[in-house]
Formats: sequence, structure tokens, C-alpha cells
Amino acid sequence: MSEREIIFARIREGLSIKAHAHYGDGLPTTEEHRGVMPPVGASIEEQLALFAKNASDLKATFKLVKDASELTAELRALRDTEKWQRVATHKSPLAQTHSAALGLATLVADDGYDKHDMEQCDVGISECDALIAQTGTVLVTSRSAGGRALSCLPPHHIVIARREQLVADLPSAFALVKRTYGVSYPSMISFITGPSRTGDIERILVLGAHGPKKLTIFCL
Amino acid sequence: MMSAPATHFNEDARRVAPDTRHRGIIQTAMGKYEVVRDQRKLWFQDWQGARNLAARTKFESVNHLDKHLAEFTRTIEARGTKVHWASNAEQARNIILGILSDKQAKVIVKSKAMTSEEIHLNDAMEHAGYEVVESDLGEYIVQLRKEPPYHLVFPAMHLTRGEIKDLFQEKLNDAPSDDPEALTMVARRALRKKYLQADVGITGANFAIAETGMISITENEGNARLTAAVPKTMITLVGIEKILPRLEDLALFLPMLAVMGTGQALTCYNTMYGGPRQLGEADGPEEYHVVLLDNHRTTLLADAEQRDALGCIRCGACLNVCPIFRNVGGHTYGTVYGGPIGSVITPHLRGLQQWKHLSYASSLCGACTETCPVKIDLHHHLLQNRRNASALPTGKPSFFQKLAFKFFAPIANKPALWSLTTKLSRIGMKLRGLVNGSVVDPVQAWTKTRDLPPIAKQSFREWWKEHGK
Repeated sequence: MSEREIIFARIREGLSIKAHAHYGDGLPTTEEHRGVMPPVGASIEEQLALFAKNASDLKATFKLVKDASELTAELRALRDTEKWQRVATHKSPLAQTHSAALGLATLVADDGYDKHDMEQCDVGISECDALIAQTGTVLVTSRSAGGRALSCLPPHHIVIARREQLVADLPSAFALVKRTYGVSYPSMISFITGPSRTGDIERILVLGAHGPKKLTIFCL
Repeated sequence: MMSAPATHFNEDARRVAPDTRHRGIIQTAMGKYEVVRDQRKLWFQDWQGARNLAARTKFESVNHLDKHLAEFTRTIEARGTKVHWASNAEQARNIILGILSDKQAKVIVKSKAMTSEEIHLNDAMEHAGYEVVESDLGEYIVQLRKEPPYHLVFPAMHLTRGEIKDLFQEKLNDAPSDDPEALTMVARRALRKKYLQADVGITGANFAIAETGMISITENEGNARLTAAVPKTMITLVGIEKILPRLEDLALFLPMLAVMGTGQALTCYNTMYGGPRQLGEADGPEEYHVVLLDNHRTTLLADAEQRDALGCIRCGACLNVCPIFRNVGGHTYGTVYGGPIGSVITPHLRGLQQWKHLSYASSLCGACTETCPVKIDLHHHLLQNRRNASALPTGKPSFFQKLAFKFFAPIANKPALWSLTTKLSRIGMKLRGLVNGSVVDPVQAWTKTRDLPPIAKQSFREWWKEHGK
């Protein structure tokens, strides 16, 4: 017998004695999840306001921009104040064009890259799959956001989202993941809620433990 | 005869409990946690309802573990992940050492994994000559101190910034000040180099999703993200009980874990990994190995009465509310999993005979059961472990215990005798005052650390005779 079979045999033997289901059995429906979870407003405006509030509580920056030229202007302003030298991005229309508009040395993750070069970048600019109002979360995957390192290795992560990517809550976000990738899931799906942080020293909040110290979300 | 772990527990508890400095550190940390945790519970529309749903989901997961594990294996292997099975700690260590040797690895970077503490993985890897670096800040600190984590979620909560500064100065020669931000940046600089050097990244897991074949990792620092992004080989060590049936179950469990673990709505990164780098992806490991660990979890599974303890999501909430944990501290337990959940499961994982004393490290106040997000009946399980321990051949009461109950039983059974005894006790209390605290004091074992409350001047029955009509 293989170790797998041995373990399965022990599990089946253990489960041959039934346990009492004190709190009912069967898996909860999405409606049941929604019934207990934190409330989210019904209208887009309320959800947008909730996302903005959550992002600000998380010490992320959230900005609505009306068009591509305003976004370019915002990015250039950040480039100048933070004195960026190198930018990392990925092959996706919004991320790539706006990175190009910065006129800096640019690393495109999909082309294959040296990890040391990525680490030297001042900023990673990526797209995303969704913004989640309920928690102020940015949903990225290894397919939508230039792989795994782009959104966590450079010290500043900039997300370019479109307004229609806003979803109400976590159940909607998981439904979206299933709808989008159900046939073939990407190797990484990440729910990013604010910039990297730690409280490991005397429970005092410090931003930028290992991942980005800053998270900026632009919404077109 | 007391087991060696019991002796260790008693000695440490005696040392730590009166240590007011330790108590101050823990009270401050817990005070901050309690405030945010309670705010977040109110943020839910129905926190008690959420606990019921979570308990139901875990019941389904654990009681159909065979079905869900088979599905998990099938779905995650479909994307090119190699799944390994380990019945015990030694097998798990050998599987991982085998991968490291195959890959000719030198530097290993690790994110937080209590399972790896359980199998003493770091010792085994270091012994085999690998450089192993813990990347979670708290774990990194306790690794530098060569001590086990103090708490499931906050490994270094027993240390002050001053102690961490001294540690960094000694070990890294880099400690500009005792400011937590400056200290965090020291670790950031040191660990960035390690991510880039590492050949293999090892992680733990918070959940394993059967339906979609994914490992879910909850963290705040981004260290697990980097551990899974940069090295060419990734290994996840996960207990077989970590299964959740469906992807959408995370919609409930991720926020509940964050609320109870740290008082956040969601932790900063909640990431699902389903395989090595896929076709068309920019980066990620070339190989992904998942090691499924039994290590006596099936022993706990076979105990239908306590099976719900396998639903634990390791949020640490029961440790935080436990008066025993807060007094004796995390290291006193001498176990990987401390606090109430550790006291319940350790006798199953490591033997009741050696670890039965943990069942008595409880005031049975039930705060743990009340706070548990998946509704594990913790304090009743401690009682069940006491019952089971007394059924062991070594669990027989001592001569003096038997003698004491021989006297107590008839007195307690006869009201007249009881009444006489309480009257005599009041006189006895006065006489005891003469020998208070000395070696002939009959209750000195009690009064050494506590006051003896006086017996009431009047019993309830006497009071009722006077006033009751």
C-alpha cells in the first residue's frame, strides 16, 4: 500500500464512527454567507464610497481619474515626487501604455526578467481583476497582473483598474474568479488589502514589512 | 509520577505567573487586540450566525475528509503540482529533504508554518547543511533567538522593542534605534537578499480548497508572497485537516480568520496557489510540491466526540482570551500549539499519558469555547480528556485522594454532618490564623500564592431559617 492509501484507510476507519452535527450540516449557500457578512450598499455610488473609505483606512491611496490623460498626469507627478528611475509592468494595454508614458527604463515582466532587476525597480504598475468594496481589496492573478512578483517585489505597487471592475463583496469576487477562470485557473490568485504591514513588534503597525510600502489604486 | 512535560509545565508556570513584567507585555498586546477584534465582530451583520455557518462548513469538511482530500489531490495535480503524503513527521522531513537534495538547494526561505514546527523541519534542514531563513518578522526574531514561537499568530509577542533592538545589534550588527519601523526595515533589508538567493521557498497553508485544487495562505507582510514568487521550487507543508470544500467558502473564512487572528477585516494578502508557473505566466516556481501531513490527525479524527477540534483555523483567539495562557505564557506549554486548542489536541497528537496535565491547565471558564470562530467545544474537550486520562492505568487516584474522598462523601451526603463540619471549620479558621503561612499551616499549598477566603459567618440554611419565611 502507498502512504496515500494508508492515510485514506485511517481516515475512513476514523470516520466510520459518526459525529453529531451540532450546528447542522450541508454547505451554506451564498445567500447565507451574505446574510451574516458585513453590509455593502446596493448602488454603485455607495460601493465606490465604501471602497474609498476602506482603502483610506488601510493607508492605501485610491483615486478616481476621469480619463487616460489625467491618469498619465497623476503617474508623472508621482514619478517626479518619488524620483522613480525604473518601472516594472506587464503586457496589458492599460498598464503598458501608461508605463511607457513615464519615459523611464521599463521592465516588462512577461518578457522574462532577472529577479535582481525587478527588485531594483521603484514601482510595479499592474492591472487587476476586481476591486472589492466590502473590504477595500484589489484582486489580482498571475495572469491578469504580470505574474507573482510584480505586485509584491517593488516598494510601490500601482494598480490601474476600470470602474466596471468594482464588485460589491467577497462572494461576488469568488464568483467572478470562477466565471473568468473556471476552465483553467491561474497559478496564483491574490486578494491584496492595503500595503504590506506587520505588527510583530509590540503590536505597533509598520507598513512595508516585506511587500510594497505603498499601494496606489487608480480607477478609470 | 509526573511526566517530564508536566514537570516542565509546573516549573515554568511557577516562574512566569508572578512575573509582572511578562504580564504587562501580554496585557498591553492583548488590550490592543481586544479593542479591534470587538469592533470587527460588530462589523459583521451577524457574527454568531457567521460562527454557525463556519462550524457547519468545517463539519462537512472534516466528516467527509476522504472525499474532499481525493478531490483536492485530483484538482491540484491537474495543474502540474506534485502531491506527497506523509503519515508522520519523519516521512514529511524526508520528503522535503529529498526535494532539497534533488534541487541541489543551498538557501531555503520559509514563510510561517506551524506544521513545520510540528515536524522540527528547520532543525532537520540545518542539520543537513542548508541555510534556512524564516521570513515572517516575528518568526525571524524568534529564529534569531533560537526559541520556538510564543504564540500561533504573534510569535514574538513576549519581546519588547528594546530586546529586539539588542538582538538585531548582536546577530545582524544593524540596529539604528528601537523604533519598530526602523527595526522592521532592518529585517526587510536582510530578508530581501535572502529571497533573491533562495533556491527553494517553503510555506504552510491556512486552507486547502478541494473543488479548485488550491492552497490558501493568509498573511500581512508579503513574505509568503515573495517566498512563492522568487525561488524556482516551492513546497507547501499542510495538515490533511486544512481542507475546505469550495472556493467560495473562503468568502466567509478569510474575514473570520482575520477578525479573530488580528482584529483586521482581511489581512493584507490572502493568496491562493494552484500550481507551478503555468503556460503564458510571467514568473513563478518551475516546480510546486504539496506535502500532506497526517502525524496523528487521524487519531483525533477517530475520536468522534472531539473530532470538531480538527476544524481549528489556528486564529489564536482561544489563546488570547484564556486566563491560563495569559498568566503562564506561550512557552510554558512546551507544545507547538499552545493555549486551549493546544491543550485539547496535544494529548491526541503526542499521547495522553505524557500530556494529560494540559487538561488541568484550565479554569473551565469556557471563554475559549465562546470565542472560537468555528465553535469547537474546547472546554468540554478538556473535561473529556480529564475523564479519558483517569481511565488510563496510571490515572488511578492516589491513596490520599481516595482517603480525602472517603471522608468527604459521607459528610457531603448528610446535612447534619455537613452543618456540623462548617461550624467546626469556622473555629478551625480562627485557630489557623495562629499558624498562618508557617509549615504547619494545613492549607499552605493554597495560601502560598493565594488568599484563603474566610468561611461565611452564617450558612445559607441558617440565614434562611432566620429570614426565609
